[in-house]
Amino acid sequence: MDFLIMNEGFPLLSTIVFLPLAGAIILLLLPGENVQRSWTMLVTMVTAAISLPLYSGFDPDTAKYQFAEHVSWIPSLQINYTLGIDGISLLLVLLTTLIMPLCVLGSWTYIQKRVKEFMVCLLLMETAMLGVFMALDFVLFYVLWEAMLIPMYLLIGVWGGPRKIYASIKFFLYTLAGSVMLLVAIIALYLKTGSFSIPMMMGQEYSSTFQLWVFLAFFLAFAIKVPMFPFHTWLPAAHVEAPTAGSVILASILLKMGTYGFLRFCLPITPLATLSLGPYILWLSIAAILYGGFTALAQSDMKKLIAYSSVGHMGFVTLGIFFLNRQGLEGAILQMINHGVTTGALFLCVGMMYERTHSREIADHSGIAQNLPVFVSFLTVFSLSSLAFPATNSFVGEFLVLAGAFSVNKVIAGAAIPGAILAAAYMMRLLQHVLFRGPGRPDIADLNVREIVTLAPLLCFVFWIGLAPEPFLSVMHTSVDYLIQQVDVARSAHIAMNVFP
Amino acid sequence: MLFAPELLLLIGSLVLFCLCLGKGNGKLAKNLTLGLAIAASLLSLATLNMKGSMFYDAYHVDLFSQLFKLGISVGFVAVLMFGSELKGIDDRMRPEYFLFMVLSTIGLMMLVSSVELLTLFIALELSSYSLYLMVPMRDDHGGLRIQMEAAIKYILFGAVATGIMLYGMSFIYGLTGTTYFVELIPKLHTLASTPTAMLAIALFMSGFFYKLAVFPFHFWVPDVYQGASNVTTAFIASIPKLGAVALLIRITTLVAPVGGEAVVTMLMILAVCSMFYGNLSALVQTDVKRMLGFSGISHAGFVLLGLLTLKDTGYATSMYYIAGYLFMNLACFLVICKVSRNGENVTIEDLSGLYKRAPLLAFTLLVGMMALAGIPPFVGFMGKFMLLTGALRDGHLPLVILAALNTAIAIYYYLSVVRVAFCSAPEERPDVPVDMLTRLVSISLIAVIIAMGVAPRQILDIATIAVKSIL
Repeated sequence: MDFLIMNEGFPLLSTIVFLPLAGAIILLLLPGENVQRSWTMLVTMVTAAISLPLYSGFDPDTAKYQFAEHVSWIPSLQINYTLGIDGISLLLVLLTTLIMPLCVLGSWTYIQKRVKEFMVCLLLMETAMLGVFMALDFVLFYVLWEAMLIPMYLLIGVWGGPRKIYASIKFFLYTLAGSVMLLVAIIALYLKTGSFSIPMMMGQEYSSTFQLWVFLAFFLAFAIKVPMFPFHTWLPAAHVEAPTAGSVILASILLKMGTYGFLRFCLPITPLATLSLGPYILWLSIAAILYGGFTALAQSDMKKLIAYSSVGHMGFVTLGIFFLNRQGLEGAILQMINHGVTTGALFLCVGMMYERTHSREIADHSGIAQNLPVFVSFLTVFSLSSLAFPATNSFVGEFLVLAGAFSVNKVIAGAAIPGAILAAAYMMRLLQHVLFRGPGRPDIADLNVREIVTLAPLLCFVFWIGLAPEPFLSVMHTSVDYLIQQVDVARSAHIAMNVFP
Repeated sequence: MLFAPELLLLIGSLVLFCLCLGKGNGKLAKNLTLGLAIAASLLSLATLNMKGSMFYDAYHVDLFSQLFKLGISVGFVAVLMFGSELKGIDDRMRPEYFLFMVLSTIGLMMLVSSVELLTLFIALELSSYSLYLMVPMRDDHGGLRIQMEAAIKYILFGAVATGIMLYGMSFIYGLTGTTYFVELIPKLHTLASTPTAMLAIALFMSGFFYKLAVFPFHFWVPDVYQGASNVTTAFIASIPKLGAVALLIRITTLVAPVGGEAVVTMLMILAVCSMFYGNLSALVQTDVKRMLGFSGISHAGFVLLGLLTLKDTGYATSMYYIAGYLFMNLACFLVICKVSRNGENVTIEDLSGLYKRAPLLAFTLLVGMMALAGIPPFVGFMGKFMLLTGALRDGHLPLVILAALNTAIAIYYYLSVVRVAFCSAPEERPDVPVDMLTRLVSISLIAVIIAMGVAPRQILDIATIAVKSIL
């Protein structure tokens, strides 16, 4: 257990995970829609507030898992309730806790029917998502990973758009089908190591064939979640039909679980398979970047456009991960956060317009800059961030990824460049229509205070990460270095074994 | 005291018999039966730690049997509570209906304690014949007399399965010269690898494969589920399966661990066939009961995964799984019984917009279906997870992969029910009234399904101790 820095005293992580769950149970008893909304807001705000000490108390000089908690759960199978965070998961946890209040605020008036049930689903999602990022036991991870499907299914299926049934079923089936083999891989790993503890599974000398199969099982589950080309087809459907809060959760947090899975499991547990299959995944990432870009260029529906842009952006993240160097990995993690901030904000923007015009078509919003100056200002900044304009957050992330890429393989890195140009093209096309074309919409009002408050924190993060990324990068240095070291140890051991049989 | 739960039900059934002699009084019979069932579950709980044997050692009372008795009586209470209106059964027949229900429960309770072949046979037939009679007691709804068809199929297949089982028993007696399990075990262990012994065990098991609805003894399932009234189906679908698993564990211990290879291969093939047959057929069903019937076949396949490890942990996992299955299944049948207004069958369409018509029922259905599908944090997931772990530990990798694939297939039809309940508009369908008793049962079932899924440790520990006591 030397890889855990145990948390003495107050169990901070458990409190953060279970506070939303407790809030959801109390919410069931509360009457009145406004009381329910305010209660949910309060619960998510408190969760966000108590998660801040995670950053201030985080020790960036160690790669061990901090704030760890360890309780025996099912002793006969060595299943434990183990929580802990390191430099890779810290920012994702914070992203989750900070995005959730904005989701509640963003659906304040959007959701008019079954408010209580909607808010319960949101809170259940928060518990499951936070748990996924903190779990250090594979069974705990899997339980939460799958449990998330039910509230997410309901969010899309009950409160979604016209094709919600198709979208929700596709989302559920796709994700579940991907994870069943993950379960088999987990059990196989358990039988090799005798433990379900994730850190104990790392750095073991599995045979390369075994690693290959485990890696493929992992890959299927995580690639569907990311989603990587060609497993992305559930994403546009789910994004378009989900209510605003659902889209934001999906884009900002759920997609990150796939890439988080690569970082947490694929690289350290199956390093040899990562080394041998990594190049293919790089090419898949390039395909995702180009495919996402070209498809986004052809969309007339704003939500679809952003959904396909997500495919491209997540392609940059996987690209950064599988180059296996420090810049690439740090860029990838930062890009995960950036995508959460920027795409979440864009979905919130589209949701705000949908409330007013009941349309997501670009054509129905042409020229609204004349009538909605505040909204358009926000939209412009977030669009620029999405295409990685300098001084915004995505620029730093993409720059690091590409810098990492060029230091390893110039061909692949060069192939990703058109993706960056495509991003500029489709976002500019959106902006051009919304800003300049058409007669404008005098019938709709500009953003109100609640909506400005919803978007403002994200705007701050866009510039904060864009101008001063160091506070975000500094916490991940040690963990990323350790991750690379884990892969390198496996590589050199393997080479040594091959040279001296 | 050892025999208290069975004795109580036996006396109760005599009282019920007297009630049927007079003019039918459904309400009195119902309350009496419910009282009996609750008392029987309390008595089973009280006798949980007792040990002993009676009737010339043909009847063993131990933790293993008492756990199953507890499960059987608790399931019985739940069925009576949510099925109390007994829609679909003619009022004049109700006392008889309750009489047979109680008799069937007694039969099952005796079955799990029987450790002698003839006692076992009588107990099994007592429970089966009562069920055969309960099926045709349904009202004749559409004039199609489907309940008669179901009853005929049930009894014919049942008789064949029983015949096969008796044939197997005759082999066992011929090989060993005894009908007592205690004496059988050492004798069969020495003979375990001989083909005759294998054949005998396989034939013997068939009777219980029939009860559990394992392929190829599943043919009665869809028609009986569809033809019997909703409450009858709820009973048949959940409670006898506990008895079947108990006996399958006992029979497997006859051959295990020596010379069990042929048995393992047989169980493996049956498990795979059951899973695929059940899941693939369930995909196209429109009647919810029929669908649950096919899903039951696939779950029976999963239960076999625990048996074929031939280890006490594997048996304990099977016990845990079937107990979980009891509650998940009851949760689904509760919804069916309530949604059906006059006792007619419920199609998937009929559940449209259930979350507006009866939110609690919709939630119960969600939990029940997702648990059956094996989604955490419900008991279905934990059960499947541990069954797969056990099977993989024994090196049955292909089997585990096939089982995992089945989980993915199954999700589709469970989800399609949930989809209709949550995502479709109710249209003209009226609200579903839910009485307090049903609410209570429904909330308790949800709580049990979640609690068993999150904290399986205690139940597994008890089950392991219970299994060790019979080895």
